[in-house]
Amino acid sequence: MITNSSDHAATVVSPPSEAELAGLIAESYARAAPLRVVGGGTRIRSEAIAADQTLTSRRLSGIVTYEPGALTLIARAGTPIEEIEATLAAEGQAFAFEPMDHRAVLGTKGAPTVGGMVSANVSGPRRIHAGACRDHLLGVRFVDGRGRVIRNGGRVMKNVTGLDLGKLLCGSHGTLGVLTEVALKTLPAAESQQTLAFHATSVKEATEIFATALATPFEVSGAAFRSGTAWLRIEGLSPQVDYRRERLSALFRDREIDIVGEPDSRTLWRRLRDLHHFAGSSVPLWRILVKPSEAPAVVARLHALGGEVSLDWGGGLIWFESNADSVAIRRAAGVGQAALLGRGTLPNSNSFPPEGAAVARLSAALRRTFDPAGILNPGLMGK
Amino acid sequence: MSTIAMPEPDAGVLARAPQIIAALEAALPAGTVISSPEETRAYECDALTAYRCPPLAVVLPRTTEEVATAMRVCHELRVPVVPRGAGTSLAGGALPTADSVVIGTMRLREILEVDTANRFIRVQTGVTNLAVSAELEVQGFFYAPDPSSQLACTIAGNIAMNSGGAHCLKYGVTTNNLMGVRIVMATGDIVELGGPLPGVSGLDLVGLICGSEGQLAIVTEATLRIVPKPEGARPVLIGFDSAETAGECVGRIIRSGLLPVAIEYMDDVCLRAVEAFVKAGYPNCAAVLIVEVEGSEAEIDHQIERIRLIAEELNPVEFRASRTAEESLAIWKGRKSAFGAMGRLGDYLCLDGTVPVSKLPHTLKRIGELSKAYGLEVANVFHAGDGNMHPLILFDANAPGELERAEEFGADILRLCVDVGGCLTGEHGVGIEKRDLMTKQYTADDLAIQMEIKSVFDPAWLLNPAKVFPLEVSQPHRHAAARCP
Repeated sequence: MITNSSDHAATVVSPPSEAELAGLIAESYARAAPLRVVGGGTRIRSEAIAADQTLTSRRLSGIVTYEPGALTLIARAGTPIEEIEATLAAEGQAFAFEPMDHRAVLGTKGAPTVGGMVSANVSGPRRIHAGACRDHLLGVRFVDGRGRVIRNGGRVMKNVTGLDLGKLLCGSHGTLGVLTEVALKTLPAAESQQTLAFHATSVKEATEIFATALATPFEVSGAAFRSGTAWLRIEGLSPQVDYRRERLSALFRDREIDIVGEPDSRTLWRRLRDLHHFAGSSVPLWRILVKPSEAPAVVARLHALGGEVSLDWGGGLIWFESNADSVAIRRAAGVGQAALLGRGTLPNSNSFPPEGAAVARLSAALRRTFDPAGILNPGLMGK
Repeated sequence: MSTIAMPEPDAGVLARAPQIIAALEAALPAGTVISSPEETRAYECDALTAYRCPPLAVVLPRTTEEVATAMRVCHELRVPVVPRGAGTSLAGGALPTADSVVIGTMRLREILEVDTANRFIRVQTGVTNLAVSAELEVQGFFYAPDPSSQLACTIAGNIAMNSGGAHCLKYGVTTNNLMGVRIVMATGDIVELGGPLPGVSGLDLVGLICGSEGQLAIVTEATLRIVPKPEGARPVLIGFDSAETAGECVGRIIRSGLLPVAIEYMDDVCLRAVEAFVKAGYPNCAAVLIVEVEGSEAEIDHQIERIRLIAEELNPVEFRASRTAEESLAIWKGRKSAFGAMGRLGDYLCLDGTVPVSKLPHTLKRIGELSKAYGLEVANVFHAGDGNMHPLILFDANAPGELERAEEFGADILRLCVDVGGCLTGEHGVGIEKRDLMTKQYTADDLAIQMEIKSVFDPAWLLNPAKVFPLEVSQPHRHAAARCP
């Protein structure tokens, strides 16, 4: 087992096998010694988690199986996403949920891992059309808080055999178990894409454009807004994209539309996905979820607090960069859900919005089931 | 006699039947509780009809609050509860026991909210699958999962079994289209999980509830994602002289970058039955694929042309592309009547194992060998694009021992599916049918944590207790949760 202490003051351990990882957790369980669980360490605000040891799956690395004809990839949890994306691209495939890379906006280094992606359910602009990471997760292997190695799901696209623990693990931020292997559905990457850009629009106009476009059968796969410009992305086979551009342009014929073609369209969406417009700052960044139709009212309240806004997911996701007080931001979000993505000095407790009493009780009971000694990222998602 | 065991009914519960029925009747509006033997018989089985047992009583509530009242009474009196949608489960998911109360969702029929601007619909879960899409028709939207029982099956049952359908290759299954649920816990508490906001933080409890087969709670309301209807859709029919080549064609289409909405497979046994039943005009060959693509007329033509180029490399015996709505209906006619056609050949068991698409040819070959060894004919008709097989084992229920032999054959096929990297059930659920095979797919620890999760939601193990987990594995949990109040 390697040990290095360069990342944190505390020890970092990275077991080279699932069995050793399980042994380590079993030992921590016996001692009730908390562990800070991370993947590539590019996203999690882990410094505030009270633990003497940082556990990463980084050394459990490598693609186990990739079958393009079955749209299936199995990889060890520590495999860098970049390695997987390159392998998929060589076969003309991709993860349809377009996982975001947090490094630019959070100013972090290192390589995001597939295990970290699943643990945080990381999903990008195409979520509105293709679903989230959790929708493409076929199966998991993980070690629970007692050191038991557990398998759930599998590698096939339809599987209703027993309870779906993959859904629970996806987005559990390492609090239920440490992933050692994940199986994901891959999809053909779109052959071609174009973007319709609507300039000089307000948030209200943008959300109206989004609602209209997303009600069409033209499979809009990106609907984002910032600094007065709204963008709609269309993808598919080349003739399909031309046709869809014509139909959408006709639908908005009273508006001036710029067409962004290849390769600029791809660059544009990569930058929107990774929030390049909010990079290089240490102002806290919030992720606020609303019904798209409520975005204009929420944005108006947020603007009153001072800060910068951009929209994704057709208005359902508001990114908000602001130094405003977290209570005020939560109030402005209304029934929407506000969570701190990172940066700044706000405490970790802001990373997850408060839950209703019944949901909090159930979630806490599930955490105790997976992690009876409370050693996996303790306190990160609640008691 | 059939071979799947159910636990002995709790004598204590049976002895208290009159008090239990009286307590339910006192707590609920008139006409909600059914207890006469003539009426409870209608609930003695689901679509796995080889197994029957009338329940102690049936409750048919009209509101979430009435479901909660019924659950609270059953919890206080320690009576097992069997949740039921429309009773179309092929796995025995809604099979009662003599000591159970069935709580059905079929009277929860309200459409609560249609919001096309935010692309969701909120319904009570007794609404049928097809009624959801019918409600959205005029606005140009639909609800994507389309199990073949969609005329009858309810959203509650779809959520319990995480139902799929022919179109899930493109649109996903229930869990990919379910945004929120209102549930009634075993104690009678009502809890809201998820909702119309996408991507919320916190543990994905909605994802856990979906496909949990009535083990965790009863879902009374659901928020469902809705999708704009495509401009059009047309199928092609491709006939091959070998099952392996048909399987190869499926892999090549998927690999090519096309994403058809459906790829359906029918073998020669099925084709002959279908021809005799509805004269669909299918080619007489070893295997037929039906591939459906969506889009505008030009987009459809473009995709069909690409499929033609792929198929022609494999020398199909026939390639028939639909050009009109009538031709589309003709191509789908045989597939849609396949199960009815098979029913005319005799009794059958319908399996639901899923295998990696790359293992389809091998699995089909091995099923053929097993068919010879067991002396029972098998027909294959299934969703090939996602590897979800539906082998139909034909048998004669009146011939002594044939059901048992068919079940044993079925178990061998499901073990085969697991051995090649697949799973026991792709969309029908475990129920009682595949319950005792769970140890083939999962280790003791894999199953232990699933049962521990059930205990979080249902500490007394009152919800659908003899399903999903092998009886000997769940026995300590069921035993520990003493039934007597």
